[in-house]
Amino acid sequence: MARVVVMGAGVSGHTAATFAKHWLGKEHEVVVVTPNSNWNWIPSNIWVGVGEMTKEDVVFPLAPVYEKAGIIYKQAKAVSIHPEGKEGSDKPFITIEYTGQGKEGQTEEVTYDYLINATGPKLNFDATPGLGNGQGQIGPYTVSVCTADHAVHANNELRKIFEKAKAGQKQKILIGTGHGMCTCQGAAFEYIFNIEFEARRAGVRDNLEIKWISNEQFLGDFGIGGLHIKRGGYAASSKIFAESLFVERGVDWIVGAAVKKVEEGKVHYELLDGSEGTEEFDFAMLIPPFSGVGLKAYDKAGEDITDKLFAPNGFMKVDANYTPKPYEEWKASDWPRTYQNPDYKNIFAVGIAFAPPHPISKPAKSPNGTPITPAPPRTGMPSGIIGKAVAHSVVDLIKHGPNAKLHEASMAEMGAACVASAGKSLTKGTAAALTVYPVVPDYDKYPGIGRDLDYTFGEIGLAGHWIKHILHYMFIYKAKLKPGWTLIPE
Amino acid sequence: MASVDHSIEKHVKPYEPSFETMVPTPLVKFLRTCILWQIIRFIVINIKMILVVSKSH
Ligand SMILES: Cc1cc2nc3c(=O)[nH]c(=O)nc-3n(C[C@H](O)[C@H](O)[C@H](O)COP(=O)(O)OP(=O)(O)OC[C@H]3O[C@@H](n4cnc5c(N)ncnc54)[C@H](O)[C@@H]3O)c2cc1C
Repeated sequence: MARVVVMGAGVSGHTAATFAKHWLGKEHEVVVVTPNSNWNWIPSNIWVGVGEMTKEDVVFPLAPVYEKAGIIYKQAKAVSIHPEGKEGSDKPFITIEYTGQGKEGQTEEVTYDYLINATGPKLNFDATPGLGNGQGQIGPYTVSVCTADHAVHANNELRKIFEKAKAGQKQKILIGTGHGMCTCQGAAFEYIFNIEFEARRAGVRDNLEIKWISNEQFLGDFGIGGLHIKRGGYAASSKIFAESLFVERGVDWIVGAAVKKVEEGKVHYELLDGSEGTEEFDFAMLIPPFSGVGLKAYDKAGEDITDKLFAPNGFMKVDANYTPKPYEEWKASDWPRTYQNPDYKNIFAVGIAFAPPHPISKPAKSPNGTPITPAPPRTGMPSGIIGKAVAHSVVDLIKHGPNAKLHEASMAEMGAACVASAGKSLTKGTAAALTVYPVVPDYDKYPGIGRDLDYTFGEIGLAGHWIKHILHYMFIYKAKLKPGWTLIPE
Repeated sequence: MASVDHSIEKHVKPYEPSFETMVPTPLVKFLRTCILWQIIRFIVINIKMILVVSKSH
């Protein structure tokens, strides 16, 4: 009997664990180690953050789902990886620390035959002074929608702003990225337009000034270097579509900005030209930068080998080409295909947890040397597809031996469908429905724009909102492993 | 004939970034939430997404 241990039960880890168990059956064990008791459909946190959904609408308890599936569930956080075992045993293991199940604080060693790291991001608020509280959590001046609880808090604060606006007070809202190296601009984009939509519905729009601040070099970069869409006989840049929407909705923008410091009601930022500025706010939602969750690794003798398994940003090294090289020399083939760790062949990393070879957007620095470049996003669909491909590889390795061919899922060869909400209503809502192929532009195959124009597409409208709403129910249905769940694509 | 919606014009200012992009006409804005048109778009977008999804799995 083999044991597969999956660390993290988010989009990629839950997908990997459930498919691995589905394919392996009762003969083998699948163990999930994750600190949270609930699964969260993160994209709908945006709607929690504007009061259009409750926390209960976007989460469900994991324990009954794993019990039904026959998956062993440990509500704990992984702390360290010991890929060579320890003195007296060659069996690799991880150490975990319980966060629930009545064993809070207890530690345990969990051995594995195959390990899948799906621990996602650490929300690194403290990377920007004032954005964090100095203890790893969000600070007192801004809000976040990255977790369901954050989103509940964001909505409570937003209601206070709407109340003041209703009473005739002018209020300023600032949304975007809270550091020069952030990713996840799409989530901030959704939040700003959902707030704008809700403000119009509440009749308070005229008293709100709404502003965007981000580290993108141009609006519509989204950390993927922008994209082109066919429209009216032209291949038009996402910059035009994004700017168009901002102008239409009366939202001003600052781009190429690294937020350097947050104070009560004020952010300090530096621009790509080296100039500095401040922006005041009554309400701000700034996405934090992401890093790895801080797992450690040790060899058989107990020596620290964290640098061997992980890149300096804390994400796990896989089969990518990490040789540093200038933007002009980046290749689609730099991106990983199997997500297998090069040193320990029974370890894989999926979703946000794997270390990308480099950003997707062109790197930029201010004259003072401040990097202002979006980090590469790994959104839901690629995270799910990668999780499933790795589960498939692990199952084949278990069933057919160590020479089994690994399954591949390169972000430079897969597309992504993404629906960005711009307001939630069954008849008046809108969302930008986007597909991009491939996620990582391949300038050798598609010179100039890097993408296949026949499969890269986007439009904004009510239909997009319907799709987004249906996806909310469909993915929660799938994650609960209801009948037919395997047929629903990632 | 469709011309630029005045509610949009109010956000456009000459020689500012808002002047340098395109703005939707009233017809385009109407179609975005026109139920009949959006039902058609719903089908079209779904087909396009299914094509990308099947090319990626
Ligand atoms: C507000 C918001 C909106 C978004 N909207 C969209 C969208 O519309 N479409 C889209 O495609 N993507 C969207 N995304 C991105 C999407 O959520 C991510 O791509 C996806 O969640 C990544 O999956 P993951 O499994 O890598 O990480 P996660 O889903 O974050 O999962 C990581 C898991 O690891 C666990 N973990 C953390 N530390 C440890 C540890 N030490 N040991 C064990 N487990 C650990 C966490 O608790 C969590 O369960 C959005 C993101 C945000 C923040």
